[in-house]
Amino acid sequence: MRFTLNGRTVRIDAHPMMRLLDALREQCGLTGTKEGCGEGECGACTVLVDRRPVNSCLVPLAHVSGARVTTIEGLRGRHPLQQAFVDFGGAQCGICTPGMILAAIALGPKPSREAVRTGLAGNICRCTGYHAIYESVERAGKNARVRR
Amino acid sequence: MPGSVADRRLLTPRSLRDALRMLDAEGPLTPMAGCTDLYVALNAGELKGTGFLNLWPLEPLRHMAVRDGVLSIGALCTYTDLMRSRLVQKRVPMLVAAAREVGGPQIQNRGTIGGNIANASPAGDTLPVLAAAGATIVLESIRGPRRVLFTDFYTAYRRTVVGPDELITAVEIPAIKGRQWFRKVGTRAAQAISKVVMAAVDAGPGEAPRIAIGSVAPTVVRLPRTRPPSPRAQRSSTCKGFCPTRSCPSTMCGPRPSTGGVSRRTCWRASGVRGAGRC
Amino acid sequence: MLKAVGRNVPRKEGRDKVSGTSRYIDDLSFPGLLHARTIRSTIPAGAIADISFPFDTNGFTIVDFNDIPGRNIVALIDDDQPCLAERAIRHVAEPILILAHEDRDRLRTADVRIAYRGGTPNYDPSASPLCFKSIAIDKGDLDAGMAAADEIIEGEYRVGAQEQLYIEPNGVIAVPADDGQGVTVYGSMQCPYYVHRALTVLLGFPDERVRVVQTETGGGFGGKEEYPSMIAGHAALAALKARRPVKLVYDRGEDMLATTKRHPGVIRHRTGVTRDGRLTAMDIDVLLDGGAYATLSAVVLSRGVLHASGPYRCDHVRIRGRVMMTNTPPNGAFRGFGAPQTQFAVEVHMERMAEQLGLDPVKLRDRNALRPGDTTATGQTLGADCSAREVLREAVKRTDFARRRKALAGTNRGIGLSLFFHGSGFTGSGEVKLASKASLALTDAGVRVLVGSTEIGQGTRTMLAQIVADTLGVPYDTVEVNAADTSEVPDSGPTVASRTCMVVGRILQRCAEDMRARLGRLSPRDYVKRHGPLVITKQYEKPPEIVWDEVLYQGDAYGSYGWACDVVEVEVDPATWQVNPVKLTSVHEIGKAIHPRLAVGQIQGGTAQGLGWALLEEVVMRDGRMANNSFTNYIVPTTLDTPDMEIVLLERPYRHGPFGAKGVGEMPIDGPAPAVINALRHAGYDLREIPATPERVMACGSR
Repeated sequence: MRFTLNGRTVRIDAHPMMRLLDALREQCGLTGTKEGCGEGECGACTVLVDRRPVNSCLVPLAHVSGARVTTIEGLRGRHPLQQAFVDFGGAQCGICTPGMILAAIALGPKPSREAVRTGLAGNICRCTGYHAIYESVERAGKNARVRR
Repeated sequence: MPGSVADRRLLTPRSLRDALRMLDAEGPLTPMAGCTDLYVALNAGELKGTGFLNLWPLEPLRHMAVRDGVLSIGALCTYTDLMRSRLVQKRVPMLVAAAREVGGPQIQNRGTIGGNIANASPAGDTLPVLAAAGATIVLESIRGPRRVLFTDFYTAYRRTVVGPDELITAVEIPAIKGRQWFRKVGTRAAQAISKVVMAAVDAGPGEAPRIAIGSVAPTVVRLPRTRPPSPRAQRSSTCKGFCPTRSCPSTMCGPRPSTGGVSRRTCWRASGVRGAGRC
Repeated sequence: MLKAVGRNVPRKEGRDKVSGTSRYIDDLSFPGLLHARTIRSTIPAGAIADISFPFDTNGFTIVDFNDIPGRNIVALIDDDQPCLAERAIRHVAEPILILAHEDRDRLRTADVRIAYRGGTPNYDPSASPLCFKSIAIDKGDLDAGMAAADEIIEGEYRVGAQEQLYIEPNGVIAVPADDGQGVTVYGSMQCPYYVHRALTVLLGFPDERVRVVQTETGGGFGGKEEYPSMIAGHAALAALKARRPVKLVYDRGEDMLATTKRHPGVIRHRTGVTRDGRLTAMDIDVLLDGGAYATLSAVVLSRGVLHASGPYRCDHVRIRGRVMMTNTPPNGAFRGFGAPQTQFAVEVHMERMAEQLGLDPVKLRDRNALRPGDTTATGQTLGADCSAREVLREAVKRTDFARRRKALAGTNRGIGLSLFFHGSGFTGSGEVKLASKASLALTDAGVRVLVGSTEIGQGTRTMLAQIVADTLGVPYDTVEVNAADTSEVPDSGPTVASRTCMVVGRILQRCAEDMRARLGRLSPRDYVKRHGPLVITKQYEKPPEIVWDEVLYQGDAYGSYGWACDVVEVEVDPATWQVNPVKLTSVHEIGKAIHPRLAVGQIQGGTAQGLGWALLEEVVMRDGRMANNSFTNYIVPTTLDTPDMEIVLLERPYRHGPFGAKGVGEMPIDGPAPAVINALRHAGYDLREIPATPERVMACGSR
């Protein structure tokens, strides 16, 4: 299976019905994408496929053939959302964070609060109560400089 | 632990014709679209079959077009495709409303209308819409296409008329006269199994509203067209507790508060009473 | 140099978490790793009659109770729970065997056949033959108090179980020592030293041959307080038998099925009150369902009864609590730990009393709220940091409560409040028994914190570094926090009971004060160059004024209490009876917010969990088995289920907390459920149990 992963072409030899989640974590050694439920309900396994957020625990490897896949590692720590999640408390235990950030990327640069809530409705966080996540997403959009 | 795929094989056709040929010659094959149900079944040890047909690359199954007043939606259109389509927004807004209530964005980007129909869950969110819309399902095999009215499509709990060599390729929705409504009552505000899901079309004075309800019976229920159903008749005919999922937190055998209340309100709306939920 | 305490400094491990480079247990592997699977009972009560393995067992390591070199128990308090069942079965999902194999597919398809002799399960705590613990609290003369009452009001209140649902399931990797006489266990956990002790008992190894290392943990909430001792034991046994590393990570379904939950309960109140709303007598009965084994039930009951009379003063109090055995998977720690259950009851009861007496619910609470100088049900005299009335008034003011209540009357909306408190740290003598230690090491780069306390998202590393930095007078960035590795850090006690900041933080502060004195004017680097490395270790010192009688259950139950008030507005859909929490205001008095954003984060998160418990989360048990053990069917709040929250922090310093800090981690979950039920009462629904599902709201009828 050939596809673009975080900007690079990769070829993976694995069963075409292997879950994309397992292909990423095991074949590619990218453990930033997490498994929280295995049933597409928690969103911790969210990755972008052709810029759209999907639950990688429900995607067969065959379906990313020729597609562009982005995982949390693909952001290389440089996306404004990442620093914003640090600055504004969007990450507590961190297990939902990679999926949450990738889902948030799909919201675009300046989403309304309503769009953020709806856009992240497929990502469960058990730690934050979501407010710090909203703030992180909104302040990342504003590219705020934080004074500490 | 995740179910094994080691003993499953996946065939990827190069065209729709190739897919139909495979279904005929290399079956039995389970068609695979967005897979939002497939892995759940696999992990639960409930996924029968060893052969799978990968439909995902078949672009023609993603088309949407209007021909002779009939909107044809390809079976591989995702919920996101439905929500974003100007055609669907204009002609079947209740389908947009239904798509919006399916899961979260991740599921909406992958789940397909064909999959929702084929999965045949009584709780399928688009099914009452298709029933109320008077839709037709297009099935194809190497023997050619055939069309089945949505209301004839399901024969029993999770049983459809789809033959082993047939594929759902499109759903056709005729022009809908009148106002459309959709309401889903889920177990929570987002990404929820429906406890009751309803769609309705009010064609105007002189015509009975077309109302369809899911999650209350083994298959989607179309309410009788002979006369506008009274709230009481609705409640008695639809409130027999049948819970399609084994372990849904909603009551299995108890009273179903949602159905009576929601169907009453939808009926009122269909008769012209104002209220929220109108599409 | 900027001070760190009171400022929102960057989370220590924040960059790793947002980059995907944090390593949780499932991200790790070792050469030669085997995977493991737990074979569990499918019956709720009875005995094992026969076990057979009708499959090719080549390559499998099979572990049963006979492979246990030490004692077959999960060492905790009562030592009644076997690590692997021998013959008797007391609950569905009781662990019987561990299988290990290189190939996960073969592991999953291995068909172990177990024949049982069925017994008769009991699921009713009130009919149980086994009481794990009972506690009695008596103050004054109950009969006299009742005699002095104008009215006696009774009520019975029920709370359901709750699943912690950390997004990262339980998991460990056990690596055997080369000589087979030691083991290292890595894993997701809150209390590495609990696991350490359990392993030494199970395996019969001396302390220094067992090493436990906490990996980055994706949520705990109490669900990883005691349970990891069980899963660690299983993995260790398999690793030692196979002589290879063994990874045991649960999938979601197994985690929900088999691990601990919040104790469900029934709490009854009989209260004497004067016509103008003064409490004269409180008679409270608490019955908790402990599940099949004791685990932490005794302590859950303890905290439950110690909070059962709420933040109120009353001269005559009788509290009786029991936690009983049933044939369900054992219940255990979940944030709040008994206090959410009993405070649900007292706060709903207060609301009913106000209604019955025709009194304003705010005035009734204000009248009876504890004040500095008052005594609690155990006779503890409260100090100046008692803030019950302050949080009540602040919440009422901010929400314009009285006016809002009038405005919403007769609509499909309601507004309700709850007043609550939460003791920080272990009960009474508990902290003394723990004898927690903390160390501070000087490095040439700065300072390293060495504690057994764990980061589980709440901000332990960050907050402890802030306390040390300011006490020592060094920049926050130069304070490192060591991994919670039992071979490197002392036993600071468990990361539970809202104690990490107040208790462990204080010990560390004393270390830092000592270190500062020794540093004098030298920088850490110069000190080390001149004098060599320095490690200071200190142990918990009970403030002398805390006096607790464990037998009579009298005296100072907790060093300090936090105080809080929640106001919530709900909307009831008239067609579906769905309850939507529309707005929530929460006022918390916590002594000192070391890191305001982290403190607010705890309150928001705990409040969301409380709302979930109140409205959405229901553990459906059928024949002793959780029927809805999946994310699909056990539902927690999504973004769209969580309302806007206004959080207000008040600070009334506690003298023995670092910079005045008390605990904050658990208190937030005590308030939302009764506030929601009280709001529903205002909207016309007389509910006395949670979750307030549409079915229950409909069934209780509108008034």
